[in-house]
Order: sequence, then structure tokens, then C-alpha cells
Amino acid sequence: MKALPEFKKSLIISLWFMLLTFPIMVIRVNTIEKVVEWRWRNMAFIGIGSFLLSFVWRYLLGRKEKGRKLAEAGSVEARPFSRRLLDEPRIYRPALAAVTLFVVAFPFLFSSYQTNIMTTALMYVMLGLGLNIVVGLAGLLDLGYVAFYAVGAYSYALLNYHFGLGFWAILPVGALLGVLFGILLGFPVLRLRGDYLAIVTLGFGEIIRLILENWNEFSFGPSGIANIPRPGLFGIQMSLNEATIYLYFLMIALCLFTIFVVNRLQDSRIGRAWIALREDEVACQAMGIDKTKTKLTAFALGATWAGMVGVIFAAKTTFINPASFTFLESAMILSIVVLGGMGSIIGVILGAFILILTPEYLRAFSNYRMLLFGMTMVLMMVFRPQGIVTNVRRIYKFRARGRDGESSQA
Amino acid sequence: MDSVLEVNGTTMDFGGLRALHAVDLQVRQGEIAALIGPNGAGKTTFFNCVTGIYEPTEGDIFISPPGGKRRRINGVKINRTAELGMARTFQNIRLFPNMTVLENVMIGRHCRAKAGVLGAILRGGGTRREEQEIVDYSYEILVKIGLADQVDELAKNLPYGAQRRLEIARAMATEPFLLLLDEPAAGMNPRETEALEELIVRIRDEEKISILMIEHDMKIVMSISDRIFVLDYGEKIAEGTPAEIRENPVVIKAYLGEDVNA
Repeated sequence: MKALPEFKKSLIISLWFMLLTFPIMVIRVNTIEKVVEWRWRNMAFIGIGSFLLSFVWRYLLGRKEKGRKLAEAGSVEARPFSRRLLDEPRIYRPALAAVTLFVVAFPFLFSSYQTNIMTTALMYVMLGLGLNIVVGLAGLLDLGYVAFYAVGAYSYALLNYHFGLGFWAILPVGALLGVLFGILLGFPVLRLRGDYLAIVTLGFGEIIRLILENWNEFSFGPSGIANIPRPGLFGIQMSLNEATIYLYFLMIALCLFTIFVVNRLQDSRIGRAWIALREDEVACQAMGIDKTKTKLTAFALGATWAGMVGVIFAAKTTFINPASFTFLESAMILSIVVLGGMGSIIGVILGAFILILTPEYLRAFSNYRMLLFGMTMVLMMVFRPQGIVTNVRRIYKFRARGRDGESSQA
Repeated sequence: MDSVLEVNGTTMDFGGLRALHAVDLQVRQGEIAALIGPNGAGKTTFFNCVTGIYEPTEGDIFISPPGGKRRRINGVKINRTAELGMARTFQNIRLFPNMTVLENVMIGRHCRAKAGVLGAILRGGGTRREEQEIVDYSYEILVKIGLADQVDELAKNLPYGAQRRLEIARAMATEPFLLLLDEPAAGMNPRETEALEELIVRIRDEEKISILMIEHDMKIVMSISDRIFVLDYGEKIAEGTPAEIRENPVVIKAYLGEDVNA
């Protein structure tokens, strides 16, 4: 019987909270009538509330512990629920069809405001997938990812301003500049790991932002660059609404492209090298993997996507200034990766939608947005540190064994 | 017999600490050599020098792969020495815990494959064939090592003895001519040790891989090694066949201490 001590602990916690919050929640000095009000009812609420919360918290922790023990004993099915769903063609085919239909119909069913939000979410999907290469696969904690995003955005804005180059010409340039800056950041941090790497990348992100903010001749400083043209389509004139829809489909296509490429990279010799680097750097080198090359490709290929999304961002908002590329943005993208599940493509997509769309649709709670955000993150880290979707290692087929036959893996 | 590894007068200093002092050692083609010595004698430092984790302060290290050119490898980086054909395991197991057993071995194939970024994205016929070869080759090694039943298991879920064997499998995937095993029997029970003994001999005989191992388990050292090198305080104090080493008074002194009556 574990219930009684749990009960006692929760009781102590609630008493402690009542005591702690006593001065602010119970006592109020009414300066006009010069009396002290005693709000005992508040105290009761806090007592009951903290008691219930702590009880539920303990219950969940206990359940998690039990689950972990079961998993260690090997009595739990190793494959998570999401994976089993995906393996069942009767479920995922109709689901895929429904999602496709919804995605195609979306801009025609909803207002252009909604389409705009969705486009933003898709941009974050791409950013998340890009950062996922660096953080999720290669295990290099990059807190300055937004720098590459800024590089992309400014490359479009500036090249357009000075040379009048169009969106489609700059999109690959943005990607290439992303690669270039990825390598530029990669070189000095080759020897760094963990916290040190995080700090240096954080600094890098800030350096780029501060340069953009202060080098007026180059970037027009805080006033930013306006009148950036939207993406064109063979010179067709589009209304604002049409342009929104066009950008939406463009984003869908680019997202699909990103997913395709990232998926292939992940499942390749290079992807495996990234994961090995994340798992054990020394052993990875001892197996003949060139650390320098592997890290640089991770930084470069991660930054590519940020560079591309940057170009799109500039084209979408038609105005950019350094304020769009603060550390908060990096933190947001990192949260998407962590919340969704490091190394999992579906996880990152889900993470991006959750983190970008919920604040938009829950405007009523906008005052509590950061509070809820922080709370969700803390809860996730306690109860599901691996993210919403766990990355499952691939099972390979080979001819040496009858795997493709009757003894296919259950 | 030809030496595949030749270490001449290698000294390794860490600041004021001399971890290795003028060590000479040769591993001949097709032999099992053992490196023994009390704790802190510099055995693992020696391994780190040879595989390129450290660059020795003095001395020369030569390798001559069978059928290849003799070359000096001082200061060659660790991933290059692996490419050149020296694979190692680690004293405290260093697997990739969240990758499957098969993937761990596949990482060993990395340096023998060449698909690049573009190849990975386009995934043409060549890349696909190469991938399949990596998978098949890795699986074959796992069959040889005896881990074929656990290919899809995560490495961290393997029992201790199996993890040690997986490290050997991963090292073998790099197609080495010389395998450096750092305490392969550490933490194994007697039955696992026996299986390991048999495995090491088989690797030498069937795969024609020469072996240099650090080991504390004297039973395995004495029964399978062709030659033994003894290190103490960073210096080589003896070398010879197991029988010679067993009788060597210097070695006995290093291990058991001075005889009071002598």
C-alpha cells in the first residue's frame, strides 16, 4: 500500500504552499480604509489546488517509473503506438489520402488569414527539419540557428535591392549562402561539444543579428528593408489573396522536398555517421569516420534549409528587419525539435504545428502564452523527454536470411 | 615473418609525466600478441599512440599492411589509421547505444564506402548497391561473431558480454589487418571468456587478422598469445613466449613485488 505515504507527502506539500503564499495571497492591506483584509478563502483554494496537483504529479511519476521498469524487463512491446499505426496500410493509406485532400483544399476552404498562418507553420516545419539534422541527428546543440535564417532573408532583400534579382534566382543562392555560413560557423566549433558548443553558436547567432542591426550602410540597420517583392510565377500578376495561396502551395512543395531529402540523408551512410557522432565521438572516429567532414556536412546541410526559409520569409512579409531574428526565434525552433522528438521527421512536423498553430488559435489565452509554453516544456521533459514521436531505428532487409519471407519481423 | 606493426622507441609525455618510455614492440603477421602489465603501466596509452588518438613525443610507428607499403604513421589521425587497416576496441565499451546492433557494425563499413551527400539524396543504383553491400557484409560479420539473432536490438540492450563481442564485430567491419583489443575479456564470466578465446583465435585463423590485445586475464593471455609484451611504469620490461614470461623474474617482481628473502 503506497497510497498513504503519497497522501501524506502531498498534504505536506499543500501545507508548505499555503504557508509560502500566505503573505501574498491571504493578507491584503487596504490602504484607503486602513484595514488588513484576511482572505482565508484564497488559502483554502491554494491548499486544495496544490494538494491535487501534487497528488496527480506523483501518480504520473509513479506510472512512468513502472513503465520504465516494465520496459527494462522486456515485457512491453518495443514499438511505440505511432509506429504500429504507420505500419498498418489499412490505417495510414486513408489517413494519408485525407491529409492530402485537406492540405490541397485548405486555402480554398479557409480565409487567407488562416492560409497565412498555415504558411508560417510550414516554414517552421522546414526550419525544424533543418535544425533536426544538426541537433537531432548529429547531436550538436546549435542555439544560433536563426543566424542562417537571417542570412537567407537578407540575401534576398539585399540582392533584390541592389541587383533586382528575383525570388527564384535567390532561392538557391540563399541555400548556398546557408551552406557557406554553416561551414563558417562549423570550423571554429569543430573541437567543441555540449555546453561550450551551445554557447558559441548562441554567440554566432547574436553576432549576425548585431551586424545586421548596426552596419547601417550594409543592411539599413534597425529600420530594415521594405518593398521586397513576393515570389513570382512567370510574371503573372496576382492579387494579394492569390499570392497568399501561391505561397502556401510553394511552401507545401518545399516542405515535401525537405522531407524527401532529409529522409534520404537520414537513411544513408552520412546520416548514420551523424548519429554515430552523436552517440560517441571517439568510437565514431576510431571506426574511420572523419569527424571534421561529418560535423561540417551536418552544419552545412542544416543551414541550407534555414537559408531557403529565410528567402521565403523575406518574400512573404515583404519587409524584414533584425528584430525578426532574435534568440527567441532560435529557441522556438529548438523547442520544435525537442518537443516533436529529436531525430524524428514526423515528430518535428507535429512539433512545429503544435507550437506555431496553438498560440494562433488560442488567442484568448495569449496573456498566459509563455507560462503555458514553459509548463508544457517542463512537463514534456519530465514525462516524455524523448519527444512526442520517438525515433525508431530502421530495420534493414538483407538476403542472407529469410526476412522477406515467412519469418518477417513482427 | 614480417611485422605488420613496428613500434620503435616510442615515448609519450603528458606535461611532466612520462607515460611511455622508449617502448619497442612488433606484431608479426598472423600472430596474437598480448600486452600486459599492472594497472597504470601505460598499456592503453600505448594503444592510443598507435591508433592516432595521441601523437607520441618520440619514436616511430610503422605499419606494413600485408600486400601494402610500409609507412610511418606518427601523428596520423585516428580515422585515417582506421582506414589504413587498424581497428580497435575500447576498455570501457564504447558502442553507439541507441543504434541497432546491425547499424553499429554498419558504421564500421563507413570508411570502406564512398556515397556522398548527393549520392545519398539521389540514391542511384550505385548508392543502393553499396548500401545493400554494407548491410550484407555487416550481417555476415554478426553471424561469425554469433550475434545474428540480435541484429535489430539496440546496442544498449545487449548483455555485457555481447556488447564486448559487438565491439569486436564493429572493428572487424573496417576490414583491418591488425585488430587492437583493449581488455576484451574484462567483466566476462568464465564461460563468456572461453567463447571469446575461441573467437579471437578464429578471427586470426579464418580472417587472417593479426591481433594485439591488452588483457588482465592471465588464463586467456597464456593460452592464446604467441608472444607477450610486459609494460611496467611505461617501460617494456620483458617480451617473449608465454612460457618465457611465466618464468621471467622481472615480470614476477613487477606483478608480485620484491621477494623479502632475496
